[in-house]
Amino acid sequence: MIDYDKILSDKCKSMKPSGIRKFFDIAATMDDVISLGVGEPDFQTPWAIRRTAIKTLEKGKTVYTANAGLIELRRSICKYLKRRCNLEYTPEKDIIITVGGSEAIDLAIRALVNPGDEVLVVEPSFVCYKPIIELMHGIPVIIETKIDNNFKLTAEALKAKITDKTKLLILPFPNNPTGAVMTRDELEEIAAVLRGTDFMILSDEIYSELTYCGKHTSIAQLEGMKERTLVVNGFSKAYAMTGWRLGYIAGPEPIVKQMLKIHQFAIMSSPTVSQYAAIEAMENCDKEVEKMVNEYNIRRRWLVNAFNEIGLECFEPMGAFYVFPSIKSTGMTSQQFCEDLLMKHKVAVVPGDAFGDCGEGHIRVSYAYSLKHLMTAVERIKDYLDELKK
Amino acid sequence: MDTILKLLKQNARLSCKELAAMTGMTEAEVEAKIREYEQNGVIKGYSAILNEDLADKDRVTAFIELKVTPKADCGFDDIAKTIMMYDEVESLTLMSGAFDLAVTISGTNYKEIALFVAQRLSTIDGIVSTSTHFFLKRFKEKGIFIDNEESDERSLVSP
Repeated sequence: MIDYDKILSDKCKSMKPSGIRKFFDIAATMDDVISLGVGEPDFQTPWAIRRTAIKTLEKGKTVYTANAGLIELRRSICKYLKRRCNLEYTPEKDIIITVGGSEAIDLAIRALVNPGDEVLVVEPSFVCYKPIIELMHGIPVIIETKIDNNFKLTAEALKAKITDKTKLLILPFPNNPTGAVMTRDELEEIAAVLRGTDFMILSDEIYSELTYCGKHTSIAQLEGMKERTLVVNGFSKAYAMTGWRLGYIAGPEPIVKQMLKIHQFAIMSSPTVSQYAAIEAMENCDKEVEKMVNEYNIRRRWLVNAFNEIGLECFEPMGAFYVFPSIKSTGMTSQQFCEDLLMKHKVAVVPGDAFGDCGEGHIRVSYAYSLKHLMTAVERIKDYLDELKK
Repeated sequence: MDTILKLLKQNARLSCKELAAMTGMTEAEVEAKIREYEQNGVIKGYSAILNEDLADKDRVTAFIELKVTPKADCGFDDIAKTIMMYDEVESLTLMSGAFDLAVTISGTNYKEIALFVAQRLSTIDGIVSTSTHFFLKRFKEKGIFIDNEESDERSLVSP
């Protein structure tokens, strides 16, 4: 009998499974669960995009593309970044089409981190940064954001964690799970700290289209920042294309060139049909995105108000599709609250600490659901809270 | 269309308080706006969207095409007014194309509707011909899937 434990790599074995996963396993065994737990849109991919994919299949375009992705799509992305953020990239050199934003994050960390390098990770945030950094023998250095600052990164908090070993800052805004966004002015303060340094920024902007207080600003737009920024974005959230697995990374050529080697050996090229469909998304679907954003916004406003009314204090998030109410008034931990709520009233929400220790005392609630669904779920949460008070 | 109207069209039971939260207006502003819509006739009433087949199993509905000779001085209006006065008539619309008036009628059985068409409608002066189509199955009504809820294929929890 093979001793698999001896065969497996120590790094992989020591990797903690996602805190969300454990919760999902419990929820999946139960009937009639109302979930507010997803991190993907409830909308279907706009029909024009799906049509393009169907036509692509009909034409038999089913072979590999260039490693970096279809040049037509890279051109569309450059046009989009110019149009949306006034950022200029060269399609031939500065862009890689990746398998979702996730691969882009993986590429960036793998291309940059040497053993012992420190990577600044703003938390609470998406669950994948830390494990990948550790897999590269890097050291994740957590910068906690707080509700007092509406979960935004401050210049002071950033400064306090920079050392001569700092290699990379991961800047995840608009933020999953808090819904926080960084305005241009707030980013300027961060940029002022970064200008004198020589490390890179991985700006995870996957939720950039989903903002509710004016257009998104990328840190790469600010003076002197583009040369030190890798912009990660993708199609999953803005165009409701999660299952198509398509994202991209844009940055300075010398880094893109190195990342492309990893992508080439690990992936070859991103899904071809998805790439053709994504051209349609970039070129012709602004209106569809706007419709979805308007709908999210209505739900967001309703939900923030509803949580405050039932007594779970909720700051107003300006991006993504999550609210992040505090459950501190119940005296429970996030995990206790979520498990109890799931068991007793069959509502699944995600404990805040799954996104970093400083998410403790909060729950992540997704509003990628119809209003009707949200209303039923909030009703159940209210019943649960009323019971707690007895 | 105004956001308040859009939201009420989807769900007329939303309270002013909820509408205020959703639109970022104050409750008083929402109330005033709705009152204005009611007064100037933009909002004509509030009704539930039913699955008619479940609500009343014996109910039969038909869509009737009418060809009409318009009158010299008042066009189609006169005939339309005569038709719409019947309680059985649920909706009446002037159409472009191969026929002129579209009528929807409900009754308790096919015969009742057929007789209504034969005795009431086709005898009206100016009606040239009628063509009756019965509803067999409703799939979607006012933007809502009637027969089946769309299933959510997403997993319950994801990052």
